[in-house]
Amino acid sequence: MPEARHLSSCRDGDVLLLVGTMKGVFLLKTDRRRASWEAAGPYFPGQAMYALAYDGRAGRHRIWAGAESGHWGPALHSSDDFGRTWIEPTGPTVRFPEDGGLTLKRIWQIRPGGGSDPDTLYCGVEPAALFVSRDAGTTWSLVTGLHDHPHRPRWEPGGGGLCLHTILPDPADSRRMRIAISTGGVYRTDDGGATWRASNKGVRAEFLPEKYPEFGQCVHKVVQHPAQPARLFLQNHWGLYRSDDGGENWIDIANGVPSDFGFAMVSHPHDPDTVYIVPLESDAFRCTPEGKLRVYRTRNAGASWEPLRRGLPQKSAFETVLRDAMDADRLKPAGIYFGTRSGKVFASRDDGDAWKAIAEGLPPVVCVRAAVVGDAAAKMRPAKPRDTRARPSRARRRAA
Amino acid sequence: MSFSVVLPGPLSPLAGGRNRVDVQESPADVGAALAVLFRLYPAIKARVVTEEGQVRPHVNVFVGDESIRYTGGLATPVPDRAEIVILPAVSGG
Repeated sequence: MPEARHLSSCRDGDVLLLVGTMKGVFLLKTDRRRASWEAAGPYFPGQAMYALAYDGRAGRHRIWAGAESGHWGPALHSSDDFGRTWIEPTGPTVRFPEDGGLTLKRIWQIRPGGGSDPDTLYCGVEPAALFVSRDAGTTWSLVTGLHDHPHRPRWEPGGGGLCLHTILPDPADSRRMRIAISTGGVYRTDDGGATWRASNKGVRAEFLPEKYPEFGQCVHKVVQHPAQPARLFLQNHWGLYRSDDGGENWIDIANGVPSDFGFAMVSHPHDPDTVYIVPLESDAFRCTPEGKLRVYRTRNAGASWEPLRRGLPQKSAFETVLRDAMDADRLKPAGIYFGTRSGKVFASRDDGDAWKAIAEGLPPVVCVRAAVVGDAAAKMRPAKPRDTRARPSRARRRAA
Repeated sequence: MSFSVVLPGPLSPLAGGRNRVDVQESPADVGAALAVLFRLYPAIKARVVTEEGQVRPHVNVFVGDESIRYTGGLATPVPDRAEIVILPAVSGG
């Protein structure tokens, strides 16, 4: 096995990029200027790393990693020293009850909780289920309110498996959360996880006879801005949507994109109207359209989208960016990052206007997470009141 | 009565660095023998068997030279002084 190279140092204010690949974790680090990057890894060589997270709450510098060994199965790990050493939870970890008839296949998502509690963490897994830790990851338990939902036997695996891949703790209300399952759709709880209900009104299920079912949609990603938690954006398996009422209703915002099929979706850290996506041609050909690698950005909540291509290959670039392979840091201007299945990582330090390859030749990238070291408030800031009225948008049906 | 379990490199750190565990007990079968191993070193359990109690698909367990896949699985008898070998299958990575 290759010996991991470690980061030389990591100070508060540095930008850390966690890159999960099919063959291990790589760390990329830079300072606030984001001009040059130092690389470290591989950690967990040979293992698929679909879920990574940085927990900077309560003074921590903790990296979480969901590893998947082809031999020894999935396991959750954490490091408090930027990858030099890793430990597993000492108590009950992310694992199904032994009498439940289910075997954990993959950890898809690790998400620090919202609100003021710095010790809550969530994991979304395959087969679709949610786990929670209330002690900063020492012990974990299955969220039975979701697990016992009567819809669960009718959730079906998408191309990537039956995965719970998106967890959105509401920053304004610690008892409220949305999750997304492929295929199952969006579900929300308003009582801390005791009960859940489907939240997919207006989201299309192209592959079902009933195109707008209560649940069963193949939602690929949902994002939420902490300053405006009632507004959500959704990248569907065919379809781009926005909700202005917390997911009660969804409207089509695929206005001017080459395809409304895709996986990755990221919210701008400071502007709730700005979202980034990487459209793919179709479910039959999951590559960037026309061989051009373009990020699309809306700055008006989906009323229109603009291609961002400066610094990105525009010839023979049949790339794929998966659902968690894109993220943003919290600096101004924001850094936007994504990785491809061909092992490249691209970065922008100016809100997406211009891009640069900062890593190439990696194994297929399946997860990218950005963090500013020492940014303890990351992703847990309380919401500020904001006008949540919907902006007009041109409803558009996807071309058949 | 006794038996031994030989561990592969990736599991050794979960047994305090040991690559061989000698046990003075007489389990009826491989399932019972592995239960003893998991009692001594709990972290190994999730690596070797699923929550449903099955040996992971890409993990092989041998009694002597014979894979338990062909001798009754976890119900394979464990003779006195048996050597149980756990190995990753020829896959993965």
